[in-house]
Amino acid sequence: MRKSRNIVRTGKKVRLGADVISVNILAYVVVGAFAIVCLVPFYLIIVASFTPETSLIKNGYPIFPTGEFSLESYGLCLKNPVQILWAYGTTMGVTLAGTCLAVIMSTMTGYVLSRKDFPWRNKFAFFFFFTTLFSGGLVPTYMLCIRYLHFKNNYLALILPMMFSVWNMIIAKSFMAGIPDSISESAKMDGANDFLIYVRLILPLSKPLIATLGLFSALAYWNDWYNSMLYITDEEKFMLQYYLQRMLGSAEAMRLVAEKSGMPITTVPLESMKMAMTVIATGPIVLLYPFVQRYFVKGMTIGAVKG
Amino acid sequence: MGRNKKVKVAKPPFFKVVRRHWMLLLMLMPAIVYVIVFSYIPMTGVVLAFKKYNYNGGIYFSPWNGLNNFKALMISGKLGMVTRNTILYNIVFITMGVILEMGMAILINEIRCKVFKKTAQSFMFLPYFISWVVAGAIVYNVFNFERGVANHIITGLGSEPFDLYNSPGAWPFLLVFLKAWKQTGYGSVVYLAAITSMDQEMFEAASLDGASAWQKIRYLTIPSLIPTMMILVLLAIGNIFRGDFGLFYQTVRSSALLEPVTDVIDTYVFRLLISSGDVGVSAAAGFYQSVLCFITIMCANGLVKKYNPDYALY
Repeated sequence: MRKSRNIVRTGKKVRLGADVISVNILAYVVVGAFAIVCLVPFYLIIVASFTPETSLIKNGYPIFPTGEFSLESYGLCLKNPVQILWAYGTTMGVTLAGTCLAVIMSTMTGYVLSRKDFPWRNKFAFFFFFTTLFSGGLVPTYMLCIRYLHFKNNYLALILPMMFSVWNMIIAKSFMAGIPDSISESAKMDGANDFLIYVRLILPLSKPLIATLGLFSALAYWNDWYNSMLYITDEEKFMLQYYLQRMLGSAEAMRLVAEKSGMPITTVPLESMKMAMTVIATGPIVLLYPFVQRYFVKGMTIGAVKG
Repeated sequence: MGRNKKVKVAKPPFFKVVRRHWMLLLMLMPAIVYVIVFSYIPMTGVVLAFKKYNYNGGIYFSPWNGLNNFKALMISGKLGMVTRNTILYNIVFITMGVILEMGMAILINEIRCKVFKKTAQSFMFLPYFISWVVAGAIVYNVFNFERGVANHIITGLGSEPFDLYNSPGAWPFLLVFLKAWKQTGYGSVVYLAAITSMDQEMFEAASLDGASAWQKIRYLTIPSLIPTMMILVLLAIGNIFRGDFGLFYQTVRSSALLEPVTDVIDTYVFRLLISSGDVGVSAAAGFYQSVLCFITIMCANGLVKKYNPDYALY
């Protein structure tokens, strides 16, 4: 790999070996093909969301754009926007609050455990790590949250269950262990307390870490439907993904009812609406990706290191 | 500080540590409270598996029920099936994961064209960014019997349309494909990071010694990725009794016909709890799962420790 570059630089005429060429052909073909496989479903959803309902019913979901461009389904999704706006508002609020809290929790805990002068750090690390080895499981957690924490229809039910992750803490810990001790030590000599050191010195040095953990958490919160499904029955408090899940399900149910009762299905443009709603629910988080990508790969490198 | 060895090994006195590091302990408090409330207290809740749950008694004061919950679980006869499904799916997921992620990382590393590399990687990441709900919508779009894109193509080629929701045999393939589709881009980054952190001089030396590109992959890249692979596989094995709830729940959408091939422990426990509301029996199933998980991760880690302590988790 490096060899070929060196050859170009020195300008020597050496032919690339058959091995290099065959590896390269394989690499471009396989990686390219897989990238396309990853992309195609998104393309299909987007195309379907812009296709008029009549065409969808007659011809099914299109592979290629049908030529009839229609915003009908988006119009219908947004015709009665109150519910979607509620879901968007809830999701954004929960994602924002949850992400901030999750990042603070994991970096603060990770920092303490990364301090080599803290004699109990290994004990506490095991205290946290043990929770990944054994868990009470769904039933006790659910009963506890419903009965004693009163999670039913409570916004806390959407934020708290994902607020702290031991894996994120381990990533934070191993990243911060790479920051030289002398920074903490010299600040301590100057009389700064540990919390100030964390806020003023360590956090500013941990931007890639914060970006990575922030992205992980934001993704988890934005894509969460599970906690809504378990704890929320009030439609105004649904998260976007759960709203979409219900729509995919209930639209299907409506279609069945319509078929059985002999009502014309075409009166309710369900098919295109499903796809439009999918686009609406996915859009923002995918659009966020290019901005955080460079931090993400950097942070993943950190995560790959054993905690 | 001129102290003898014995004092060095001795634990620092409790109050001295508290006095010196009270701020650090305070900073640990939120996380400590959190795991106590959301992990350790639910752990004590496994007693539910041995109780006859009633609303007034709650988790801790309902009457004991001996092993009756487990007996009921056995009688239902589904436990073996869901356990088998969970293990088999996870074994395939782990194997596919290692091959695809490692292979993709090695191939991506060989690509010189930066634009191609970046674009391909961005595309491969996209599926990781969506929820299983959206993935479920995609499955619906492609495999819907009447309007799905797949049937579009099949009928276009002159064959009979294919009803996925009536073909249990096709589901394992679809689920494995979906898992790989969603996970590979993300997983390959971990391996890619390991490759780029490898000593590049090693490769140059190999080139000078006349190693071919294939030989370098076979004898340098792959062996250097083994530690990373071991950690990831070990983590995955520890969770071998834990099904990916989202994958199975959102794509299969509770269909009795598909249950024998798509039901895993997690969906089974969930259904027991939510649909039938049988707290005791579902807690028993959950307890069964937690214990199995705990044993497997201990065994896996023990084996790795014996074989090579550097790769063990703790």
